[in-house]
Formats: sequence, C-alpha cells, structure tokens
Amino acid sequence: MNILYQIFIDPLVQMGTAPDLLVQTLWEGLVAGVLYALIALGFVLIFKASGVFNFAQGIMVVFAALTLVGLYERGVPAFVALGLTIVVMLGLAFAIERLMLRPLVNQPDIILFMATFGLTYILIGLGEMIFGGDPKVMITDALYLPRGAIDVKMLGGFVSLQKIDIAAAIIASIMVAGLAVFFQKTRIGRALRAVADSHKAALSVGISLEQIWVVVWFAAGIVALATGIMWGARSNVSFALEIIALKALPVLILGGFTSIPGAIIGGVIIGIGEKLGEFYWGPLLGSGIESWLAYVIALIFLLFRPQGLFGERIIERI
Amino acid sequence: MLYREAGQYKTSYAADQAVFPILQDRIGLVAILLIAFVVIPISGSEFLLQAMMIPILVMGLAAIGLNLLIGYTGLISLGTGAFMGVGAYACYKLATLFPGVNILIWVIASGLAAAGVGVLFGLPSLRIKGFYLAVATLAAQFFLSWCFIRVPWLYNYNISASIEVPTRTFLGIPVTGPTATPVTRYLVVLTIVVVMTWLASNLVHGRIGRMWMAVRDMDIAAELIGIKLYRTKLLAFAVSSFYCGVAGAMLAFLWLGAAESESFNINQSFLVLFMVIIGGLGSLTGSFFGAIFIWGLPIVLRNAPGVFGLSITAATIEHITFMTVGALIIFFLIVEPAGLARLWQIAKQKLRVWPFPY
Amino acid sequence: MRARGQVDVAAGEAILSVEHVSLAFGGVKALSDVSFDIRTGEIRAIIGPNGAGKTSMLNVINGFYQPQQGRIAFKGKLRAKMRPNEAARGGIARTFQNVALFRGMTALDNIMAGRSLAMHANFFCQLLRYGPALNEEVAHRRRVEEIIDFLEIAHIRKVQVGRLPYGLQKRVELGRALAMEPDLLLLDEPMAGMNLEEKEDMSRFILDVNNQFGTTIALIEHDMGVVMDLSDRVVVLDYGRKIADGTPEQVKRDQAVIDAYLGVAH
Repeated sequence: MNILYQIFIDPLVQMGTAPDLLVQTLWEGLVAGVLYALIALGFVLIFKASGVFNFAQGIMVVFAALTLVGLYERGVPAFVALGLTIVVMLGLAFAIERLMLRPLVNQPDIILFMATFGLTYILIGLGEMIFGGDPKVMITDALYLPRGAIDVKMLGGFVSLQKIDIAAAIIASIMVAGLAVFFQKTRIGRALRAVADSHKAALSVGISLEQIWVVVWFAAGIVALATGIMWGARSNVSFALEIIALKALPVLILGGFTSIPGAIIGGVIIGIGEKLGEFYWGPLLGSGIESWLAYVIALIFLLFRPQGLFGERIIERI
Repeated sequence: MLYREAGQYKTSYAADQAVFPILQDRIGLVAILLIAFVVIPISGSEFLLQAMMIPILVMGLAAIGLNLLIGYTGLISLGTGAFMGVGAYACYKLATLFPGVNILIWVIASGLAAAGVGVLFGLPSLRIKGFYLAVATLAAQFFLSWCFIRVPWLYNYNISASIEVPTRTFLGIPVTGPTATPVTRYLVVLTIVVVMTWLASNLVHGRIGRMWMAVRDMDIAAELIGIKLYRTKLLAFAVSSFYCGVAGAMLAFLWLGAAESESFNINQSFLVLFMVIIGGLGSLTGSFFGAIFIWGLPIVLRNAPGVFGLSITAATIEHITFMTVGALIIFFLIVEPAGLARLWQIAKQKLRVWPFPY
Repeated sequence: MRARGQVDVAAGEAILSVEHVSLAFGGVKALSDVSFDIRTGEIRAIIGPNGAGKTSMLNVINGFYQPQQGRIAFKGKLRAKMRPNEAARGGIARTFQNVALFRGMTALDNIMAGRSLAMHANFFCQLLRYGPALNEEVAHRRRVEEIIDFLEIAHIRKVQVGRLPYGLQKRVELGRALAMEPDLLLLDEPMAGMNLEEKEDMSRFILDVNNQFGTTIALIEHDMGVVMDLSDRVVVLDYGRKIADGTPEQVKRDQAVIDAYLGVAH
C-alpha cells in the first residue's frame, strides 16, 4: 500500500505543491530534449538520404566541437575557427564518401551500419590524438553566445532559464525549419529523398550518388557542429558526450527514422520524460535512472506501435 | 594436393551430414585441440596465458553467444555486456551463498540465470524487429548496468561496489581466486569453451539451427512451413544469453578474479559485436577468429613499437589502436563482409586445388 | 510417400470450401463475395486478369489475410481466424510468385527446413546430436533426398539458393512445399518466368505430385495452355468477383471470361 502511494500519489503531490519546480523540471527536460533532437536530426538526415544508420553521429558532435575549441586554443580567432571547422566537416564528408560509402555502395544496410562503428573508432582515436582527452571548455563568449540566466517569477516561486538554452532552442528551430523546407522544396532535397528510397532507381535517373552523399554528410556535420557548440556551452566538451549520443536512439524510435519534425517531437518527449522521471521518481528507485529511462520509455512505446510514433508502417508484400 | 576430398566417398547420410565431413578437416581439428590442451600449457608463458589465451577463449564464447543471436537468427542485440554481467554476478552470489558446491556447477548455473534474463528482454521480439529490437536490447544493457551498481546485494554490500572472487577448488586444486595458477585456469576455461562450442555446433547443424536461419532469412516463409516464430526467437535469446552468461562468469572467476559494473558496460557489448562482425556472421569458427583478431590486435599494436625500438607514449598507442581497429573494420567490410570465416573458407578452396591455380 | 486416399475427406468431396469471402484493404476491395470449392485430389486452377485478386485468395486460404466477411471450411472444419503456421500444421503448403526461399541456406537445407513440422526430437537431444536427434536427421534426410530425386535437382542440392537461377529456385521452393507432405498445395504462378522446356518439366512435376501422392492442388496461372492441360476444374476471378466456375472447356467458352480477358467493359 505504501509502495503504491509512493509511486502514484507522492510524486503528483510534489508536483502540485511546488509548481515552479515542476516548470523548472519541464524546462530542463525541454532543453535536454532539444539537444537530443539535434543529434537525432543528424541521424535522420543521413538515414533519410542514404539509408545508413550513422552510429558515428555522436562522435561527430564531439569531433566538431573539439576541432573548434582546439583551433581556438591554438590562437585562431573564434569565427575563423568556426569557418575552418566547417571546412573540416566538409573534408570529413568527402573522405567518408570516398573511402567508406563508395566502396560499400551495394551492401546491405547492416554492413553500412557496422562500417559507421569503424568510423566512430577512427574519429575517437583521431580526436584524442590531435586534441587530447581532457574535457575542454566551449568558447561561448568568443562566439557571442549569451551567458547567464533569466529568472522568471511565477507560480509562487521562480523559474530560472539559462539564456544559452533559449538560444539553443531558437537555433534548433531555425535549423529544423530550414532543413524541412530544403527537403521538401528544393531539387537537391528531392534527389536526397530519391536516393533514400532506392539507390539503383536514383542512379538510373541520373542522380549522382556521390554528390548527394557528400551534401548530406556535410549537412549532418554542420548539425553536429551546432549540437556540439550548444552542448559544450552547457557542460564541457568531452568524449563522454559520445555515449549520451546513444540517447538519440530512443528519440528516433519515437520520432521515426526519417521524419525531421519527428526528431524534434521525439527529442522533447524523451527529454521531458527523462527529467520528470529522474526528479520525481528517481529518489524512489535510486539515482541515475536517467541512464536507462529513455530506453525503457522507447521500449514501451514500441510495444504499442512497433514502427514508432511517426514511422511508416512497413507493409510486407508477399 | 594435400586438401583433396578425392576418394572420400560418403556411403551414408549420417556420414555426409557429419559436421566435419572432410578427413583433413578432422585431422586439423585434432591437431588444434592437441596444441591447445597439451602444447600451450606446457610451453606458454604466463603472459601468453593470462593476457591472450584466456581472454580470447572467454570472449570467443561470448562471441558465439552473440553470433547465435545475430548471425544465425538475425536478431540484433546490443546487450551482450549486460548478459555477461548477469552471469558473473549470478555466479558470485551462488558461490558465496553456497560455498560448498563445486564452482564449475555454479559457472554453468549462472548461464541459466543469464538465459532467464535474456528471455525476459527478448519478449519484445514478437512485435519489434530489426533496429528497433536493438534499441530494446540497449534498454536491457543500460538498465542492468545500473542494477550492477545500485543493487548492493549483488556484490554482497562490498564498499568498492565490485566483486572479488573467492578461492574455490576443483579436485583439490585451486581454480579461482588469487592462488589459482594461470595454467589451471586456462585448462578449465579451455575445457568449458570446447564443450560448449561442440554443443553449439550440434545445435546449428540440426533442426534448431535451420529454424533460426529460416527466421533470419525470411520469417514470413518460416511461419509458412510451420515454424513458431516466437518460440524460435525466444529460444535464440535463451541460448545466446546462456553462452554470454557463462562467458561472463568465466571472465570474473577464471580470468580477472574480480569484476564490476564497468566490466560489463556498453563498450563490452560493442567489443563482442565487432568480434562477430569481423569474424563472420553465422559462423562459429568466425567467432573465434574475431576474438583473436579484436583482442590480439591491440596487444600486438601496443607491443610493436617496443619490438622495433620506437618509443611512443602509451596514450598515443591507444589512439593509434583505436584508429587502426576502426579502419580495419571498414576495410574488412569492404573486402569481405562475410568476415574472416569466409576468407578462411576461400583459403581452403584455394588449398583444394593447390598447387594448381584453379 | 503417402498413398492416395489417406486424407480424411473422401475423394470427390470438398477438401476446402470458400463461402462468400470478402476482403478489403482500406477502400480497395480485393475480393467480393467469392465462393467456390476444391475437391479432394483435383487440380484446381484460379485464373483471371491481373489484379483480379488471385493471390489475395491464396493468402486468405493460407491465413495471411483475414477476410472481413465469409468463412472457409478446410477438411470439414470451419475456421474463424488462422495464422500461417496453423495452416501449415493443418496440411496446407504454399509457394510464392517471388520465391520465398531462405537465401542464406543451401537447397538441401531449405527442403530439410520443410520437414521441421515432422521433426520432434527435443532440445537436449539436439544439443548432443545424439540418439533420437541424429536418427531423425538421417530419416528425414532420406525423405528429402527422395523429393530431390523426384524434382531432378540433385546436382544443385548443396548450392546456396541465392546463387541458383530462377527456374531452379522455383523447383527448390516446390520441393520445400512437398517436404511438408501437404494435403493441399497452393501454387502461385509456378510457371512464371520459365521457358517452354522448364514449363513442361514443371507441369510434369505437378501432375506427378497429384497422381502419385494424391495431393490436392490449387494453382494460379496465366498460361492458358498449362491451365487447360493440367487442371480438372477452373475458377475465374475478375475485379475480385467470381465470374466463372467449371471445367476448362466450359470456362474457355464462357462469354464473361472472354470479355474479361479482352478488356470489354462490364
């Protein structure tokens, strides 16, 4: 009886008696969700256009951030460093296309998925070797990103909103909107969707797979850079981020592997669900349930909708 | 010339269906077993045993477990590390709760515990397929990793949150704990691995193996010929987790002598996955090739500069190792997606016609 | 193999009867109020222009699709819902238009897989590959080799099916269906993509299966020559409805059938 009370009643009571804390938690969840969504966005871009599940997306986030900070630490001015990092991500996209995607062009998806594992390890080794393994501080000021918090008085207390988080949410929204438009309205966007559907068919209408892949991996690289900057601004830039990137998977489960708006919605759901769970039910179970809660949420969703919230129902024709 | 089947006629279906129908293969197998059981213990250094042979055998068994699930049944699992952990902690609890019982029994029993957990996390496989199932196994991985820290009962409330393996004997000789010698532990591990590999081989060559492969190749058609999908998938989870559990128990008890949650984290899952990929999906020998490769390569890379007289910092070696392993994964996938096992088969094919080119 | 007449339902009676079956996917009506029966031991052809609903009909019989209306009686038993593996256990086997073979396995293994239903040795015997398990493997291997001889595919039985040409793949698939020793065999366009010689071979196999083993056969086929030669009775579908039902001669002369194939609006 006591257990039932603890599980069902107590947390709701807590939520009710300190609504400002609830809003704070929701906000934190939203912020984390936006960042998960950005990582998921990188996945979706690549998956939508090349059918590859890019396991290395997380490490690309870290690598991009490290490159930026590393260049700055070596004396390069902030915005020049930013430009150079973008060039590096372009170079990375070229290299990936040439050395990994082209040789594996007709292989089944699982082979490509495993190749991205290899890519992950290469980037980890490379990143650590060039930039060192210590956590670094993101160059927030140099990039003119806002610092500090806005305290909003509400609901009997106050809610503290970090300005960087607001900036992150805005930037993320702009990117998502831009990408959605890009995919639907432009010629290249259409070509990307064609390639995602069938390599052979796309080739036969004259679409250059190589170009498309470079474009899309570069775009994912830019998204990774933006994610890395935002994330690094909140906590440090370190390789631990790579594991956090795995959290994008539950986001993709909810939002579907090919839906850009789905990535955002899925990210927000996971972020909020995680934070609420950790804050209100965490003490009951022991701390650290954030490490698995997202996956369990995704799992429960999957049991009811095996194709995810936005995923397409796969109809198997016999 | 050496590797020809000419003259080896099979006069019964039983003979044709034997696992090693070719005589030369059988001879090779006996030779390997002889080397493993006799030559290495006598002549191998402690380093060789502790740092190479035992880990390769243990990880190879885990790779077999994962291969049964991914390679034979087509169910992607990223929870291998966690299932190994279940085996290790189960063995620890059983060994400390019932110190009088032979440790080897507990090693096998802990496999059953892992099998049970595996079936539990395999239940979603009825509704969920492919990548989505992989995410479900990730839930298992992270949840169990969390349990290994947050449930102090598992490690007997030890302050360091790790398990330290008690000394246990077999026939009067210590096999676990600080006093057990590498040779003893090696022989125990070798025996267990050989027996379990033989059992796995029997399974995959018979009806159950065919059922698993049918589910992997086209589950709709498998249903058509009367295979019960759910049961087949759950059986795969059970057997696979059993193998991983025993591997985990051996890791703790017979290899490292200790273990903690970090020993069974997501990186361990990836490690075994790489072994399976590089070694060859759907191949038991491939699992061992993969273990040898993935385990042995970093060791070779770490020691190579010393052999050549170059001095590179340990950290740099680590980084180079990461990059080399990553590059080799991609290289192998390009050159031979079916893994080392397939390369071995191709080599045998060439050997059949040697010294002629074709 | 089995002799004729071992089926529960006596020859001449219906082994399967489809009664007023309707099937729709969303707004698309695949089948509308279709009724016919299949008599034990006969070869029944289901024909019709493309999109007529023939494959859907087989899928309903098989248990892949559940019809919204109507019912199916198999071996005298009325069925509400059936899953494909229940159909298999009941004695229905099937081949597909697009060859549903297990590509990672050899031809021999594919056909051995068809024996799964008949193999009962438990897990532990399998584990040790000893005693009942081993004897079973050998016994069923013998049966499978008989099928392989019958279908003349002995020379490719150890080849991975993914590597075989289309015609041989279809034969292996037939072999797998035969390995189930079915009472009712459903063949979905078994001659598709074959040349004349292959068609003659396949026709011979189908006739032999029907004559020697007494298996009732329902087949979908486009080649009219094959249909006329092989089948005892024919049912014709068009736009999901049955438009004719009778012997090949009767159906050939039926005006509605001629109209359907020539595309006359009706």
